[in-house]
Amino acid sequence: MSDNTPSPAELDAFRQEVADWFTANKPTDPGFLLPQSFMEVGTDEQFYFLRDWQKKVYEAGYLGMAWPKEYGGGGKPQVLQDIVTREMVKQKTPFMTNTIGLNWAGPLILNMGTEEQKKAFIPGILSADDIWCQGFSEPDHGSDLGNAQLKATRDGKEFVLNGSKIWTSLGRHAKHMILLARTNQNTNNKYEGLSFFLIPMQIQGIEVVPIKKLTGEFGFNQTFFTDARIDESCLIGKEGGGWQVAMATLAFERGAVGGQAGGHAMNSKHVSEVVALARTAKRNGKPAIEDVAIRDELVQLIIDERSQALNSSRARIKPLTQERPSSIPMSGKLIGSEYGRRLNQFALSLQGANAAYYVGDPLAYDGGLWQRSYFNAFSGTIGGGTSEVQHNIIGERVLGLPKS
Amino acid sequence: MLDTNKKPTILFSDEQEQLLEVASNFCRDRFPMSETRKRIAADEDLSRPLWDEMASLGWLGIAVPEEFGGSGLTLGEVVTVVEPMGEHLAGTPLISTTLAAQALLKAGTRAQKETWLPKICEGAIATLALSEPDGDWALERIAASATASGDTLTLKGTKTFVTDAASADLVIASVLFEGKPALVLITRDALAAGKLTREIVIDETRRSYRLDLDGITLPKSALLDADKTPAALNHIDQAACLLLSAEACGGANGVINVTIDYLKTRKQFDRYIGSYQALKHPTVDALLAMEAARSHLYYAATVFGDGIEGEVAVRMAKAQSGSALAFASDRSIQFHGGFGFTYDCDAQLYRRRGIWCEAQFGDATHHRAKLAEILF
Ligand SMILES: Cc1cc2nc3c(=O)[nH]c(=O)nc-3n(C[C@H](O)[C@H](O)[C@H](O)COP(=O)(O)OP(=O)(O)OC[C@H]3O[C@@H](n4cnc5c(N)ncnc54)[C@H](O)[C@@H]3O)c2cc1C
Repeated sequence: MSDNTPSPAELDAFRQEVADWFTANKPTDPGFLLPQSFMEVGTDEQFYFLRDWQKKVYEAGYLGMAWPKEYGGGGKPQVLQDIVTREMVKQKTPFMTNTIGLNWAGPLILNMGTEEQKKAFIPGILSADDIWCQGFSEPDHGSDLGNAQLKATRDGKEFVLNGSKIWTSLGRHAKHMILLARTNQNTNNKYEGLSFFLIPMQIQGIEVVPIKKLTGEFGFNQTFFTDARIDESCLIGKEGGGWQVAMATLAFERGAVGGQAGGHAMNSKHVSEVVALARTAKRNGKPAIEDVAIRDELVQLIIDERSQALNSSRARIKPLTQERPSSIPMSGKLIGSEYGRRLNQFALSLQGANAAYYVGDPLAYDGGLWQRSYFNAFSGTIGGGTSEVQHNIIGERVLGLPKS
Repeated sequence: MLDTNKKPTILFSDEQEQLLEVASNFCRDRFPMSETRKRIAADEDLSRPLWDEMASLGWLGIAVPEEFGGSGLTLGEVVTVVEPMGEHLAGTPLISTTLAAQALLKAGTRAQKETWLPKICEGAIATLALSEPDGDWALERIAASATASGDTLTLKGTKTFVTDAASADLVIASVLFEGKPALVLITRDALAAGKLTREIVIDETRRSYRLDLDGITLPKSALLDADKTPAALNHIDQAACLLLSAEACGGANGVINVTIDYLKTRKQFDRYIGSYQALKHPTVDALLAMEAARSHLYYAATVFGDGIEGEVAVRMAKAQSGSALAFASDRSIQFHGGFGFTYDCDAQLYRRRGIWCEAQFGDATHHRAKLAEILF
């Protein structure tokens, strides 16, 4: 296929090819519980299963399709990758586990990295040989990211890292981390003392300790840094310019700008599954879906799920987004994550007394997956900047309201 | 059942783009809030010069086929004119007249279309008389009636919310005829004095009338095509929902702007009140509700008339836009404090408009119930 926009016929043919490939190649049930997103990879068997799957997709040519060829990408039009990503979601294949690499570290490196950094990091991100994690949040500074205090002290051509990062998803399996650290304690403005690094994880002085999640499984970690030494070539952007790099990263992470490698980052529940649940769950001897109040809420959820697809469709029509062009791109994360939480919560309320079962009980609906996915839905409303912080950002940047 | 896996796509035509721009500029010029308030207080129902200008812009015939003097476009293009009018709370007979023209198009006889549609395109005002005193949204449940004797129809009953009736050249009323829903054309000359009573309605930008049908006589040729009437009523229902959704989306955006202005200028405790999250976050929620409603609106405009897909889309748009305007305007009153309680504050104008938009052709709960029937 050429670099030019493919014809509708070419696109249709490609859609079919992709659908066939995923039907033939998507993994079967591994026999153990899979995580629902990259933020919940808790065991080695989960990790290796997901890593192998990503590798297979990449090797088939279906990942990083629009990234430059010289770094292992496909050099093809973005529409093709979008088709693939949609097909993965449609077929409910497991997600691409190297999400942090594919969707934020990768585009960041491609945008701001040196030639050496691109050559060194991009191919491994795509093949899943090099897993990336993110060192932003600290025990005392989460939403207030600009106040991050982990120290990176210059020592000649090296920096020495001391402090701790927390909620590090994939930390145990990661080869690299994107790290926001304080290189200068004495600036007037807290943001100016920050620098951004691409660091190796398997070095002396870095210890990763798993944290048990609310579901009872493991997922994220705390990462301790004790005199860990990194080369100054790990810097991306200028020393002291870390905040700008962090903001660019968050824009990729929240989907406010494009350039991601593609693939989906989570296996979200859809309202159609909740409708199916409402057909089997019982209320007063009848299917729950016959209950007026339940129907009302289900329809509202269907409307809200469709709003998101329609928002992305409208975002592509300039005259219909003129007044506030950033409104839709900046609100996708907030809307999607809050919707997911509400959907799962509603799915529990449909189950009557059985809502009280949990994963492992034979009477739990769908093996208790709804209970688990309700808990996991908070990864979306807290991780990547909480919903409250998203409200602040939209209020201030889209509506121009004064800072809180 | 509906294919929910299909990815919905909004299409936006060049005509829509041009109309949206022209209408936005027109509304900014002609309907500043001071003008809207003058309209509310005015004795006459309508500003003729403004209406003539709208007619000369071709807006009354947008969705009327060229053979009858219109532009041959669709209601999707009318949406782009109604939305900015909603933003500025313009009160004009545009929606009444457009819907009456749709009724003629769907169920009018050839002669009726040829007589009336060209006149409407040139500025004649027309309106529908569908609601009745019980306030039921089901358009096919009709108590008013027509009985024939020879070539004469005699009408009986009461119609409510007949908007712009006093300035209308033509009223199209729903009645039961021979046990079935029927539509009849009532021209201005058939309306004796005292048949129209001005209603006191919550949205003061509207001019609404109660129509007493008792004793009105018409020639039988005033009946629209009986076979086409049920489908026409269904079409009118959806068309009204589409245009009211556009009006409500525009209104939501208008009132959000009113709120934001205040949040950026009013200070308490030495801080702009917009810096308080108790005000900021709900204002963001209002924005997101409006954005979602607007996406549903333009999708409904894209697939309008397309069977079940079209009906689902328009009901979703009506439900979302009504809720969005209700929420945005309700919070706007609250966020203006004591000033919000005054007649002078524009928030109340939008709240009134919101109640009107939901009360006409079904609120969010009503449409969700209808959607449930289709979807489950
Ligand atoms: C599953 C999961 C995975 C994660 N993975 C990673 C990762 O890989 N790497 C990483 O660096 N981080 C990760 N995070 C961390 C995440 O980014 C932070 O948890 C988040 O930014 C919130 O910070 P905090 O936990 O310190 O909460 P706090 O900032 O202490 O927030 C506590 C509460 O206060 C509210 N709040 C705080 N500030 C404000 C304000 N200005 N206005 C209004 N309300 C406010 C918050 O919304 C929240 O409700 C992950 C989190 C989760 C849940």
